[in-house]
Amino acid sequence: MSMYGTDKRHHTLTVLVENKAGVLARVAGLFSRRGYNIFSLAVAPSDDERFSRITIVVDVESSPLDQIMKQLDKLIPVVSITELDPSVARERELLLATLEAGPETRGQLIQLVGVFEGKIIDVGRDRLTVALEGAPRKLDDFEDLIRSYGIVEMQRTGRVALPMLDRSGDHSPLRLADSTTGTNTEKAG
Amino acid sequence: MELTGAQALIKSLEKQQVEVMFGLPGGAILPVYDPILDSSIRHILVRHEQGAGHMAEGYAQVTGRPGVAMVTSGPGATNIVTPLADAYMDSIPLVVVTGQVATTAIGTDAFQESDITGITMGITKHNWLITDVNDIPRVVAEAFHVATTGRPGPVLIDVPKDIANSTMEWYWPEPSELDLPGYHPLTEGDPALIRSAVELLLAAERPVIYAGGGILKARAADSLRELAERTGIPVVTTLMARGSFPDSHPLCLGMPGMHGNYTAVTAMQRSDLLIALGSRFDDRVTGRVDAFAPDAKVIHVDIDPAEHNKVRRADVAVAGDCRLVIDEMLSALDALGLPHSDATRGGSGGAPSDAVEGAPARSGSLAAACPRERLVPWRAQLGEWQQRFPLVYDQQPGSGALKPQFVLEALRDATPDDTIVASGVGQHQMFASQWWQFDHPYTWVNSGGLGTMGFAVPAAIGAKVGRPDKTVWAVDGDGCFQMTAQELVTASSERIPVKIAILNNAYLGMVRQWQEMFYEERYSEVYLSPDLPDYVGWAESMGCVGIRVDSTEEVASAIDKANNIDDRPVVIDFRTDAFEKVYPMVAAGASNDDIMVDPSLLGGDR
Repeated sequence: MSMYGTDKRHHTLTVLVENKAGVLARVAGLFSRRGYNIFSLAVAPSDDERFSRITIVVDVESSPLDQIMKQLDKLIPVVSITELDPSVARERELLLATLEAGPETRGQLIQLVGVFEGKIIDVGRDRLTVALEGAPRKLDDFEDLIRSYGIVEMQRTGRVALPMLDRSGDHSPLRLADSTTGTNTEKAG
Repeated sequence: MELTGAQALIKSLEKQQVEVMFGLPGGAILPVYDPILDSSIRHILVRHEQGAGHMAEGYAQVTGRPGVAMVTSGPGATNIVTPLADAYMDSIPLVVVTGQVATTAIGTDAFQESDITGITMGITKHNWLITDVNDIPRVVAEAFHVATTGRPGPVLIDVPKDIANSTMEWYWPEPSELDLPGYHPLTEGDPALIRSAVELLLAAERPVIYAGGGILKARAADSLRELAERTGIPVVTTLMARGSFPDSHPLCLGMPGMHGNYTAVTAMQRSDLLIALGSRFDDRVTGRVDAFAPDAKVIHVDIDPAEHNKVRRADVAVAGDCRLVIDEMLSALDALGLPHSDATRGGSGGAPSDAVEGAPARSGSLAAACPRERLVPWRAQLGEWQQRFPLVYDQQPGSGALKPQFVLEALRDATPDDTIVASGVGQHQMFASQWWQFDHPYTWVNSGGLGTMGFAVPAAIGAKVGRPDKTVWAVDGDGCFQMTAQELVTASSERIPVKIAILNNAYLGMVRQWQEMFYEERYSEVYLSPDLPDYVGWAESMGCVGIRVDSTEEVASAIDKANNIDDRPVVIDFRTDAFEKVYPMVAAGASNDDIMVDPSLLGGDR
């Protein structure tokens, strides 16, 4: 069972926006007023300080992806939008969880965290806080497995993604505009 | 040259060739009102900020230039929210400047503070909160650029008081200095797609051009006419497109939609190809979407690609400016060897203007308009529908109740044919759109998408300011009039001689019609009274001439009197029949196939 966006109806958009006050409100406001569902959203400055990158996982059951992209495109501070199909993207997400870890289950949990290559970042009397980074599906699996031990609190960051590199050519990133699976929308007014 | 932010703002507006702005001052915008005294820009002092916004819209709609309004923070700003929403829906270019509390007070719930950029985010094309005085010229230039290019729309600039009071070194940005990395409006359509569109168009048996407001925004009326005449394809003009193609033209089918005429609605339903030009498949046009034009392929030309496939899937979707795309279609027709319109016009002969004047209006002469063989049966069918299902009403002579349609016909016939008509929203708006004959673009000013009651009076004032050379009539309802009538004080004091025809049926007429038809005549909160207020007395107290008309005999002389007054506004209170309903009608959510025509056409009683 997938809780966190490995579903077919979930698509990842990476949106380059001007790094100005209120831009996130414009993007979020667009989603709410047009009735589009955001599954997850992550924002951070990009390598160019004039721009930020918003990674949005959208639920395309609420509205066709094409409409969502075109409406986003109309926002003046939106510079470009790229759809990152999981098959042409590297996606990562971070999970933090505080788990019940009494004496009888602590050992199993530590093993499980080891198998998933996570880290134990805090230890209490009968609780552990673990950190796990990875592809969303891996985090889904981990979450399924730890649930039976008792999750006290959990947070996931929402995914970020970059296009997969093209190995056939000159090591430059795959140009999404030319790819058949990714769609790159030039800005239009 | 060192200027205050306020001076820089006004100077920037002058640089944008603003000749007039509509507004009302207040605390936070005070600094910006001072340099207006020294400016070439005419400022029109309104009585309510909503009036400023609608005046700017009316001005923009008839001139094609952006309308400018300026108001203060807080309630001043929130009072102009409705015009912004209205302009956003109807793609009208507006630049609204709002005062804001000082940057140091923002977020503290200061006196007359409101987060107007937050409030208007969803109803402006873009907005700006200025936080650095040096940004003012650049932001003004950006605002006008965004408002007027691509799909036009309203923008808002929020100017905190301390920013307006601080100083900066004046400059005026070059176009390349605008900071809009994410804004590249489209203009020209893809030639390959245009070619496919033309091929579809030439293969169609029952094509209809579905012309929308985008024709007017793109100033494409001449191109549209050439396309229609060369191809012989009939044209429906939506509520937003009235006047973009002459009603008197033999190929014009008039308005489609919920209260469109039978032929326009049914032509679209039976069509095998809709050529949507600057129209957006609004629910008032389509009726139930899954039953709309079931056999039609769709060519959809729109400058906003987000309109493509939003409501109806397009077989060919061309993103671009309507005028450029239609011109490109005409070139493609040349390339395919389709003869020019002179050769295809056939029987009517002579120059296009002669053809229009010689053509009887709404008389079902479509079949004679263009000899294109293949479309002859289609046009014959349309002509037959026009004969069978014309717009009708029944005016009893003498003391019978005055029909709104009778008033509109009398008004239409007694005014110059390029008269600008503004309307509010409701029955009177539909009657006006149906019964006026729009033969010129930019002569119909109304609130289409948002449906804003109270639009007519201020919009007419703005239109008259923009086109003082033209006669401007507002056709208003009594409910609408009561919402914004105070702007007639503005009109009187500024000597803007608009004329207002109130179709006073003492009801919120459209709501009353729905309650009669769909709520078992349970009339809930729709009665207004014909005499309260006393419209003549009210008009005169506002410096207008007030005239009351109760019967058919008084109609012509009252209109004549109004047309001869040019030094002040005139208000005519036409006491019309409260029981008159707008027909045809497609009920909300119904299929356009279930259009209800006037019962008398089916042998029933009206």
